[in-house]
Amino acid sequence: MSNLDVRHKIAKRIAEELEDGQAINLGIGIPTLVATYAEGKELYFQSENGLLGIGAPPTPEELDAELINAGKEPVTITSGASFFSSADSFGMIRGGHIDVAVLGILQVNTKGQIANWAVPNQPILGVGGAMDLVTGAKKVIGAATLFTKDGSPKVVKELTYPISGIRQIDLLVTDYAVFNFENGEIGVTELLGDLTLEELSERIGIQLNWRGTDDKSRGNSICNT
Amino acid sequence: MKQKIVENPKNLASLFKDGQTILTGGFGIVGTPLTIIDVISETDVKHLHVVSNNLGDYGMGLHQLFMQGKIDKATGSFFTINKEAVIAWSKGELDIDLLPQGTLAEAIRCGGAGIGGFYTKTAVGTELAKGKEERIIDGERYIFEKAIRGDVAIIRAHKADRLGNLTYYKTARNFNPMMATATDIVIAEVDEIVEVGELEPEHIVTPHVYVDYIVKTEYTKEGDRFVKS
Repeated sequence: MSNLDVRHKIAKRIAEELEDGQAINLGIGIPTLVATYAEGKELYFQSENGLLGIGAPPTPEELDAELINAGKEPVTITSGASFFSSADSFGMIRGGHIDVAVLGILQVNTKGQIANWAVPNQPILGVGGAMDLVTGAKKVIGAATLFTKDGSPKVVKELTYPISGIRQIDLLVTDYAVFNFENGEIGVTELLGDLTLEELSERIGIQLNWRGTDDKSRGNSICNT
Repeated sequence: MKQKIVENPKNLASLFKDGQTILTGGFGIVGTPLTIIDVISETDVKHLHVVSNNLGDYGMGLHQLFMQGKIDKATGSFFTINKEAVIAWSKGELDIDLLPQGTLAEAIRCGGAGIGGFYTKTAVGTELAKGKEERIIDGERYIFEKAIRGDVAIIRAHKADRLGNLTYYKTARNFNPMMATATDIVIAEVDEIVEVGELEPEHIVTPHVYVDYIVKTEYTKEGDRFVKS
């Protein structure tokens, strides 16, 4: 599976988590792709630069340089959309009025705390809305490929990248598995790749608990289908 | 009625002085007062402290002032897009105060509303909380963030009436309404100036008491770009 397909697979799985009527903030990268798989659901996408009700990408005729999302891409608005200031926007985020934030992550520890705003030994000069979103959204879903390009797992015992906040995320969707974090402990609720739970535990060096509903999906099921 | 409209933007130049803290609206380049920044770029003003989400974009806006060496310090949330700023910071030529975007917005709002600071959960336990007072409120950890005020705010709005009431356009609103409240001098760059009474009172976002000077923008939109007309 190409890297592009993998990103779409993660986005598609995350879209299944979203429910009618929710206000959603999608981060940059894989999270942005989630919107394309959520069609048919009544969702209100928020952009932290001051918009609730992001619509489809603009046609050349619709393009407006002063209508952008937080990734600085041109967007359109839906019927019922509203504009507001950055202070109001982050009040909405910190105040718990955004139902779900989907955030790209660089690392997550076994408690569910994430690093997604800076890398070690690089100048720390940008944070944007990352810390506000992880702290304030009612539910936070992390999106990432499970391994970096050099094969290191992004699920780690201790973060080596700078932490984004002390709040524990609710769900992490990767190309190999869906993880949740209950009572500060990581677990797997679903396997999505070609590794069994045991193989996955070995690859990332952490013994993973099974929290899925269907016992068969613990392993091998992918090979059988 | 106080005359707030400045027909020639160049006449704004005398408002800018060395060492001022200038609050500058904009997210990326959207909502940035490009005409007023052009005026500053033509002055000899230096040692500026700018408060802005980022330092311009596409080489425009504050990026232009930074490249001229006019900016000593920047307070904002996202400077990684400016490669030159990152290099200057590494060499110790640029002082940067990095804040989470929501903390930046709220600090300016407080500055304009007579509030000295606020406690927020954002950034607790992170590198951006270093040296900041921590307090437990209702069992949860918060850090103290001081309010931000400045000498001059340069903001971008959509329409102004002759009194200085302002409306905003789409996502060009961003930090502008808060910045309009948090400085001694406020200069608004607008698309259109209308007569008093033409703006619907319910549509006015920034009431006129905040605004000192109004100037018409010299920029127009071409596709996803802003060009000087």
